[in-house]
Amino acid sequence: MWILLLSPSDIQTFNLSLMIFFKKLFFPFFLLISIHSYSQQRFFAEKATVSFFSDGVVEDISAANEKVTSIFDAVSGEVAYLMNVKDFQFPNKLMQVHFNEKYMETEKYPKSSFQGKISGFSLTASGKQEVKATGKLTIHGVTQNIDVPGTVEVNGNRLSVKSKFVVKLLDYNIKVPQIVWQNIAQQVEVTIDFVYRPL
Amino acid sequence: MILFTDPYNLKCMRRLILLLLITPLAAFAQEDLLGELEKGSKEEVEYAFATFKGTRLGNGHTVETKNAGSLEFIFQHRFGAISGGAYELFGLDQADVRLGLDYGITDNLSVSISRNSVDKTMDGYFKYKALRQSSGAKKFPVTITALAGMAYKLSPKDFEEGSGLENVDRLSYTGQLLIARKFTTNFSFQLMPTFIHKNLVEYNEVNDQFALGFGGRIKLTKSVALTAEYYHNFNLPDNDLVDDPFYMRYNSLTFGIDIETGGHVFQLLMTNAIGLTERAFITETRDDFFAGDIHFGFNVTRTFQLKKNK
Repeated sequence: MWILLLSPSDIQTFNLSLMIFFKKLFFPFFLLISIHSYSQQRFFAEKATVSFFSDGVVEDISAANEKVTSIFDAVSGEVAYLMNVKDFQFPNKLMQVHFNEKYMETEKYPKSSFQGKISGFSLTASGKQEVKATGKLTIHGVTQNIDVPGTVEVNGNRLSVKSKFVVKLLDYNIKVPQIVWQNIAQQVEVTIDFVYRPL
Repeated sequence: MILFTDPYNLKCMRRLILLLLITPLAAFAQEDLLGELEKGSKEEVEYAFATFKGTRLGNGHTVETKNAGSLEFIFQHRFGAISGGAYELFGLDQADVRLGLDYGITDNLSVSISRNSVDKTMDGYFKYKALRQSSGAKKFPVTITALAGMAYKLSPKDFEEGSGLENVDRLSYTGQLLIARKFTTNFSFQLMPTFIHKNLVEYNEVNDQFALGFGGRIKLTKSVALTAEYYHNFNLPDNDLVDDPFYMRYNSLTFGIDIETGGHVFQLLMTNAIGLTERAFITETRDDFFAGDIHFGFNVTRTFQLKKNK
């Protein structure tokens, strides 16, 4: 009730000093928040292609998915990508239908993803850096731990991440019908080509 | 006390509290980058694909069209009736053939030309996939394909028929809607309202005939499926009024097995029809399935990708 006894100007002065006190009190918090957001260093893929290739006895099979989404945290090294399996484009459309219908069972397992960590790189280094990615790769509803080599290159504010590794179809429970086994290899070579920009 | 009464400070505090509340949330979200990607992905239109293995269900069409730039060679064979017995090697001694080419102008529009040994018929058609079954961001229950075809009978030769048989008399037209739904990965069903106009008909037939077909497939494995197809012609002549089997007409019924291997589709069939144009199997089937006049047959297709998909 004593507030009412004070003049308006007194209240103003008091409030001002109180505000300064609070600002001082919370300054470390503000600092922390800003450091925290700085440390995120989030990168989003502006161009992300996942493609694969396999030598067949009769014909080679290749396809590319250019509609992959990906986030990369340059400080923690954490990375993830996600794609719709149906977005893989084949030079041969019939192969594309068979890929979705018979092998990937896209209606049942529409998405494929990776979640893991890239280690062994520095944001300030120039040129190609050999890195390692470890994490969980999900294909055809099956998740496997993988450990694959790759490269990271810093170009201005863009970050380019590349990797090439072999995926064994059986590891992901992808069965090739007996009748066409000769046509399709039991493993495919997957190529990752991502260009990230900061958020 | 003042802090909570002064409007300015109240606003500051609110902001601060909000910030403090949000910060741990943001930190939490950061831990799961994949979850964030999943949240960010928009719902897309999911079109049903591979409702049927091939462009043919049995004798007639499915909603499927050829993809842009791909050419399908189709080789269809119908043997004689099994009821011919051992003397005819259960029909295998005779055969009628249709050789055809289907080409995808776009993913939804196909054009075809073929030759059928029954009545030495040349036929051609346009097939257009007008609407596609979809789920997700845009939902539509069925795939609808329209077919417009024309068939020209080269047989009989002019002089056999005497004067009077003009070119137009050899022509017939087909207009058909193919309406299919892929209910599950393994089960698809199709309805085929069909209109056929024949310029010249036998004395007991009408020129305009309407039929409703239905059929479907059940997938047994990823590459093998069972199929069935039946066309009910509402304008068939009454068989009781004729004695000559040549003038008798029956509805066509077909059962088959689809086997797909890479670029090939093999369809093994049992049917009472031997003709492979709509005119022939919908309006001119002379054998009765239920009297045992069943023919073994097959359709074999091979698809060639002429233009690479970019």
